[in-house]
Amino acid sequence: MMDLSDLTIKQALQGLKEKKFSARELVLASLERIERFDQDISAFLTVCKESALKKADEADKLIAQGKANPLTGIPYSAKDVFSVKGVKTTASSKILENYIAPYDATSIRKLKGAGAILIGKTNHDPFGFGSSTENSDFKITKNPWNKNKVPGGSSGGSAAAVASGMGIFSLAEDTGGSIRQPACFCGVTGIKVTYGRVSRFGVIAYGSSLDTIGVITKTVEDATILLKEIGGRDENDATTLNEPVPDYLKTIDQGIKNLRIGVPKEYFIKGINKEVEASIKKAIKEFEKLGAKIEPVSLPYTKYAIPAYYLSGISEVSANLARYDGIRFGYSQKDAKDLKSLYFESRAKGFGPEVKRRIMLGTYALSAGYYDAFYKKAQQVRNLIKQDFDKVFEKVDILIAPVSPFPAFDIGEKAQDPLQMWLADIFTVTINPAGIPGLAIPCGFTSDNLPIGLQLIGPRLSEPILFKAGHAFQKITDWHKSKPNLK
Amino acid sequence: MAKDLTRKQVEHVAELAHIGLTEKEIEKFREQLSAILDFVSKLEEVDTSKTKALSQTTGLKNVFRQDIVKPSFTQEQALMNAPDQYKGYFKVKAVFK
Repeated sequence: MMDLSDLTIKQALQGLKEKKFSARELVLASLERIERFDQDISAFLTVCKESALKKADEADKLIAQGKANPLTGIPYSAKDVFSVKGVKTTASSKILENYIAPYDATSIRKLKGAGAILIGKTNHDPFGFGSSTENSDFKITKNPWNKNKVPGGSSGGSAAAVASGMGIFSLAEDTGGSIRQPACFCGVTGIKVTYGRVSRFGVIAYGSSLDTIGVITKTVEDATILLKEIGGRDENDATTLNEPVPDYLKTIDQGIKNLRIGVPKEYFIKGINKEVEASIKKAIKEFEKLGAKIEPVSLPYTKYAIPAYYLSGISEVSANLARYDGIRFGYSQKDAKDLKSLYFESRAKGFGPEVKRRIMLGTYALSAGYYDAFYKKAQQVRNLIKQDFDKVFEKVDILIAPVSPFPAFDIGEKAQDPLQMWLADIFTVTINPAGIPGLAIPCGFTSDNLPIGLQLIGPRLSEPILFKAGHAFQKITDWHKSKPNLK
Repeated sequence: MAKDLTRKQVEHVAELAHIGLTEKEIEKFREQLSAILDFVSKLEEVDTSKTKALSQTTGLKNVFRQDIVKPSFTQEQALMNAPDQYKGYFKVKAVFK
């Protein structure tokens, strides 16, 4: 019999419906994977074993009564930035080490309503600040394909969990690549949605104009099922869109004949790993076979995306992280002599080095005399980056590019050089400033068996097209079906 | 190209950000922040004299809701994570000496 933790959402729903196994067995399979392998992988910060099993029994009752909801019985994990009522929510930072969320994030509430079962919270770079998960204040997550390598970041725990069968999917967040890059490094699928498509309410903020909520899954098909559940307008997040959420699953089989796919030359730079480049080029041929029209295009402002993205992000960080004051919640330096020392000492001890760097850089970029040169300039360049995409999408429907110029790197390789770590996001940060969606899917392996991923990028609200194209690719390839050997 | 930050500038930024730094951190951050600022100064090359700053990407305007009071946290919930409390209030250190 097939191992239940290897199932996709679609297969699991089918099996539950046909009573091939129970929700309890399905949830247990994920929990057993965690027990057996997470000592080593370190994907999870919190495991909700008891509540998950209790909910699994409730799910089995609902299924028996024919009252199942769209995701009843499906075990999942969430990045530890999602508020879950009564559950520790740390943002992988010491400053929130003992913080218990008093309410549910909207996306968590919607998944609960749909019947999905939370099995645990995953490790990541604190507040999403990093590209390898090494910045976490609690543990270093390992790449399930090679435990000397990073899983990517910031949602490294989520990607490693899905790749290892610990939960069928993971709810995650992408500000500059935090879903797509770890999905790529771990050989799984990840969707970064159009800004405003999914509510950010209850998700610990990084850069509010860039943050998007999405999912890491085993297949594109699974991502379509989930986005339909979590998407939509939320009165608690004024930036959510009014546009109705389509039934993405219904349209994914339409094929991509005559779809115009642009290949932006700026994403095939010198220095890109040769095996990555070869895999993407091979994938482009596959899309051509599926009937797509491939066209070379150019996005001239790409090289300015990293500085424009980071300046925007860190400026918002300095404002968003001002709330950690040691008074209302979070780490507090109890023996501080007065109020000012309490702020300074609590933040000094509660924040790790990358968090301090980003807050200070953002504070600098917004401070008197530097605002125009840094923050305002970044917003102007952001406009040029957006216009680049607007122009290119007059000519083509979507773009294809590598997710990362290289596969997963060694643990420790970039950890001492913050700027090198920032540069790891070179192909993913480009789309967040423009608010457009991107879908990362596996498309090959290096000679030493590390996953390679491609991303499809489209204009605002083009998720149905991205899913259609990604699904068409997954129907004729097997890359997404490969599993790491966990032993 | 941005000039290297001075120790004094690092201390000033840390003061604005309310983060206490050790002597060692000041020097380490001075080097790291200078390198990063130098890198992001690359934006100076871009001519933005005719470009507006982007303020949003959604096109949404004036998102209002009815001004109606709805149930929210109880006092207990609001205080559940408070490091220090007194008779249902957040307790803070003295502001003045």
